[in-house]
Amino acid sequence: MAAATMTADDSQVTSRTVPIAKQPAPTHVAAVAIDKAYRKGDMKVPVLRGVDLCVSHGEFLAIVGQSGCGKSTLLHLLGLLDGPDVGEVRLKGKRIDDLPTSTRDELRNRVFGFVFQFYHLLPELTLLENVMTPMMIRHSAWEFWKRRTEFKEQAEEIVRKVGLEHRRRHKPSELSGGEMQRAAIARSLVGKPQILLADEPTGNLDASTGGEIMDVLARLNADEGLTIIMVTHDDRLAHEASRIVRLSEGRIQRLEDAA
Amino acid sequence: MYKLLLSGRYLRTRFIALASIVSVMLGVATMIVVNSVMAGFSGEMKVRLHGILADMMVESVSSDGFDDSESVIQAINQVAGDHIEAITPVIEVYGMMSFDWPGGTITQPVTLVGIDPQGKDMVSAIRQYMMSRQEIREDGRLVRAPLRQLDAPFDWELTDEAMQHRREWLQWERIRARAEQHQGAVMYPEPSVEGESLGGGDPFANATNPFDDDPLAVDDEQPDEQIADTRDPDAPLSARVFIGVGLISYPYVESETGKTRTMMMLEPGEDVRFTTVTTGTPDAARFAATVADVFKSGMSEYDSTLVFCNLEELQLARKMLSPLDEKDWRNGSVTSLQIKLKDYDDAGIVAQKLLASLPAGEFQVRTWEQKQGPLLQAVEVEAAILNVLLFLIIAVAGFGILAIFYMIVVEKTRDIGILKALGASSGGVMSIFLAYGLGLGVVGSGVGVGLGLLFVKYINEIEDGVSWLTGRKVFDETIYYFHEIPTSVHPAMVVWVAIGAMAIAVLASVLPARRASQLDPVQALRYE
Ligand SMILES: Nc1ncnc2c1ncn2[C@@H]1O[C@H](COP(=O)(O)OP(=O)(O)OP(=O)(O)O)[C@@H](O)[C@H]1O
Ligand SMILES: [Mg+2]
Repeated sequence: MAAATMTADDSQVTSRTVPIAKQPAPTHVAAVAIDKAYRKGDMKVPVLRGVDLCVSHGEFLAIVGQSGCGKSTLLHLLGLLDGPDVGEVRLKGKRIDDLPTSTRDELRNRVFGFVFQFYHLLPELTLLENVMTPMMIRHSAWEFWKRRTEFKEQAEEIVRKVGLEHRRRHKPSELSGGEMQRAAIARSLVGKPQILLADEPTGNLDASTGGEIMDVLARLNADEGLTIIMVTHDDRLAHEASRIVRLSEGRIQRLEDAA
Repeated sequence: MYKLLLSGRYLRTRFIALASIVSVMLGVATMIVVNSVMAGFSGEMKVRLHGILADMMVESVSSDGFDDSESVIQAINQVAGDHIEAITPVIEVYGMMSFDWPGGTITQPVTLVGIDPQGKDMVSAIRQYMMSRQEIREDGRLVRAPLRQLDAPFDWELTDEAMQHRREWLQWERIRARAEQHQGAVMYPEPSVEGESLGGGDPFANATNPFDDDPLAVDDEQPDEQIADTRDPDAPLSARVFIGVGLISYPYVESETGKTRTMMMLEPGEDVRFTTVTTGTPDAARFAATVADVFKSGMSEYDSTLVFCNLEELQLARKMLSPLDEKDWRNGSVTSLQIKLKDYDDAGIVAQKLLASLPAGEFQVRTWEQKQGPLLQAVEVEAAILNVLLFLIIAVAGFGILAIFYMIVVEKTRDIGILKALGASSGGVMSIFLAYGLGLGVVGSGVGVGLGLLFVKYINEIEDGVSWLTGRKVFDETIYYFHEIPTSVHPAMVVWVAIGAMAIAVLASVLPARRASQLDPVQALRYE
């Protein structure tokens, strides 16, 4: 499978590119002249109008912008949750937005990790099961059953990393907002993705919890060279990233380096 | 894996789904119970139909029958002897039966079947239906023990009880006849003692009897009277019959208890009169016969039409014997042969062989199932219609599942979006709900099968309970002729019902599952 080979060669690439963040690294994921409009009956509501964006390997990019300017929309397009009206999404130079559905499903599962604005955990499953969902989706029932201890250990390790080992067996309804957000991050990481798409990961959290989450992300970026694209409207948090872009009136307005 | 996990979790956490499980369960249980009882009834019915008839019948097309019965039997044995266990000749004629009962003479149409008891006993399981060999129970209490062993010889002998009854009955009849004489209404000679087919000890000879104008009956036999005097005046007539219980009894409701009882209008030992209808060459014949026994097969079709009679007496009455005085059925003609096969599965082959070898156009070869075709078909159609109706119950449960699933899909829209965002395919999402539906079906039909089988197993206890609660007998022995509700569980039926229920559950979940799979993840994620 295409995705499988990508995972393989990419792990080598990332390990090589980790220490040299400032040097021009090859483009990892890119949006090329993307237009996106939502249809409201006969009316067309343009949201993105010619967005160009390149994200390099191991980069930590923050997208800021006003509420309703289309940040989430852009992230969904990059993560193949939705298709652009015009333009292309490229992964390592290859167009991916026009791939067949099954391939895009697989890319979403293997290449991208999603952290949603509203956590979006499955209420019927425990925290650990929620974290394991991407693995369950990736493997057949039989395969998963055979390797369940391996996956479980993998998930538990990540849960430990985000500091939730004491909440493993809890249902999402028994968790606090910060815990749910950390669980969502754990879930996005369990499948060892190459790119983490985080939609306001600290949006509903108080400053100190938000800080903790940001620390987790920064550490992942620094230690494991994970490419991170984070949407936020908090300029202060955005400065933790290595690069900030501002989305306004459907375009990338301004590029600025993090302090 | 997530599919199984999630559908399992949904199954456990959505209590509304229990409603559809319960409806599937009840539908399945009902189907199993009804089918088992129907199969039990029809099985029992078939046993009884078969018990009175035989495996196979070779019937003469003409009602005169055929007189070379022995050579026909030989011919049959020659072509299919390997498959045949026994053959017996019978005569079937239609006629009227009448007997006296306070308030007038009762006359009923009957089918007279002339049999040779030994032969008939070998081809059908008829002896178990003879009331003298059965015990009589009322409300579960033993009223009368069997008068004869089941394996006592099967012939025309009367039981001691019947003989005793006959004596009392004759006495009463004589008194009655004399009383009528004294009234000067009719003048008749003194009762004769013995007679051939008619007259003699026959009390009807004295009573106002439609047969009295028969010259044969009284006048011709006057000379015999003196000889006959030496014999037992109470001896039964030489013509004997086994009468279907339905012909001589009627049910009535006992006023103080409200229970249904059977009133017997006639007891073994009494005499009845017959007239056969005119068909073919033999003239209509009239004769009287002594009731040797009463049979109760539980098939009202038989119990209220059939009268078994001595083959040779019937032949004599219908003048089917060639030397008229020699009473042996071999001398006369018979209308059909009843055959018992070694293995009923061979019926088709045997029928073919017989049809090929017997003279064309003279005989009809049928199995008992073919002979009872319309009745069996009616029962089958009835069962099929009932099954369709019952299956609709499960279909209703299916619509319940559909509605509930739609609701759950709407409720789970966001979760479906999440799963898709995490890479789940449309097919995967769809199979969550299909598996969920299958799960409902499996649990529902599993519990339903268990419940249904338990119900069938304890159906008589349940019936007792319900009868006790309502104070009314739900299953009345006197109507159905069964002491217990007959049931028969066919494993194939149970499997089909369960599979059908599961299929309906899955089908009902297809629509909601498709909807779930077609959800746009972005829209779904926005759903709050
Ligand atoms: N499915 C949709 N149908 C119609 N309009 C939509 C749809 N999704 C988004 N929009 C519109 O597109 C615009 C961009 O939405 P988007 O969710 O990307 O904003 P955002 O930048 O993420 O805002 P926020 O910071 O509040 O999360 C909004 O004006 C929204 O109303
Ligand atoms: Mg948003």
